[in-house]
Amino acid sequence: MSFIKRFFISRWGPIITGLAVGVLAPVLVKYGNPGNMGICVACFTRDIAGALGLHRAGVVQYIRPEIIGFILGSFAAALIFREFKPRTGSSPIVRFFLGMFAMIGALVFLGCPWRAYLRLGGGDWNAIPGIIGLIVGILIGIVFLKIGFSLGRNRPAPKALGWVVPVLAVVLLLFLIFAPRFGRDADGNPAGPIFFSAEGPGSMYAPLLLSLGVGLLVGFLAQRSRFCTVGAVRDLVMMRDTHLFNGILVFIAAAFVTNLILGQFRAGFEGQPVAHTDVLWNFGGMVLAGLAFTLAGGCPGRQVFLAGEGDGDAGLFFLGMLAGAAVSHTFSAASSPKGPGAFGPAMVIAGLVFCIIVGLTMRERTEV
Amino acid sequence: MSEEKTLDLRGLSCPEPAIKTKNALKDMTGGKVEVMVDAGTARDNVERVGRDRGWEVTVEELPGGGYRLSLKK
Repeated sequence: MSFIKRFFISRWGPIITGLAVGVLAPVLVKYGNPGNMGICVACFTRDIAGALGLHRAGVVQYIRPEIIGFILGSFAAALIFREFKPRTGSSPIVRFFLGMFAMIGALVFLGCPWRAYLRLGGGDWNAIPGIIGLIVGILIGIVFLKIGFSLGRNRPAPKALGWVVPVLAVVLLLFLIFAPRFGRDADGNPAGPIFFSAEGPGSMYAPLLLSLGVGLLVGFLAQRSRFCTVGAVRDLVMMRDTHLFNGILVFIAAAFVTNLILGQFRAGFEGQPVAHTDVLWNFGGMVLAGLAFTLAGGCPGRQVFLAGEGDGDAGLFFLGMLAGAAVSHTFSAASSPKGPGAFGPAMVIAGLVFCIIVGLTMRERTEV
Repeated sequence: MSEEKTLDLRGLSCPEPAIKTKNALKDMTGGKVEVMVDAGTARDNVERVGRDRGWEVTVEELPGGGYRLSLKK
């Protein structure tokens, strides 16, 4: 046990995790997930929001087992390695809104950092302005961190608090398997939720057990190795630390090679799956997402893994992402393959204003 | 400058423990720094910050939960 523990916190931890994600995500595409979307924490959380009826965009509604696996895999790793530590109290309401705006930004680009790297590894060059935007957002976040930005300290919480998100994951799994119908239309016919897309990306998915298995494995590995697609860039720039960044390089390289082997690599800007070609808003959406993730301390995957190990604040960030998905689709802010939604740019600017105010005003009160 | 410092970073989440440790070590050529954290990630990050900068790091688990890291050079 001690050897495994040391191995995953060594430089090999993020590398093995990056390798696993880079290989398995394109395999999930092969088995049914949407193109270059083997894993996307933002898109999948958005699909879950849709399945629950929090938004009614009919093409993006499905309870993604990968997210359930992320939570439960991390939960299991945390229990086994005695790192399940329920805690909360570090500016929860701010973290909720950071999650919301991170999601709004990601849905203007059409993907979280995980999918940005996967799109790059699949030859979708629209990911390039997105990744540049992500880096710019992280750099702005670093400026705030350098001038003392802090969301403050959390405090240990009762065990039950840490179980909330893992239990939510189990409930989602039951909803996925049994798809109960709660609502009825005017004629008395069942009308959801749970909603499942009949067409579009929401209707494309790998077999449940495969998706869940990959999610559990990645959740387990990432909890042990602290894999983070935003922290990688942050630590490289701020600390000159390549520990997490090596994992991202391996992740992109593995996705590229796996896509080549599976015949899924297709280079270009036009006609890419679940993507648009608007350079400015591919960039702008990810500036917002990168900044919001940096202020919250990590990428959406990392937030989900932290929620699995009992971090209530990260759990609230995840719920903020669910709310952000609902807002994005009901306020016409989410992009489609045709381009940004009517209010996408305005919502990105609103989100940037929120993040900048948070970045400038939140400080830890007593210096240690 | 060689001196002794104590940092109580319990409750702070990533990346703050690593940043605060890095800042504390910045002007020190040697001495002893004690850092208290309460999460596994913070423990690993602080340990890496110390080792990468040539400090000898020992980790001790605290009875009430959390960790005390002693950085010496």
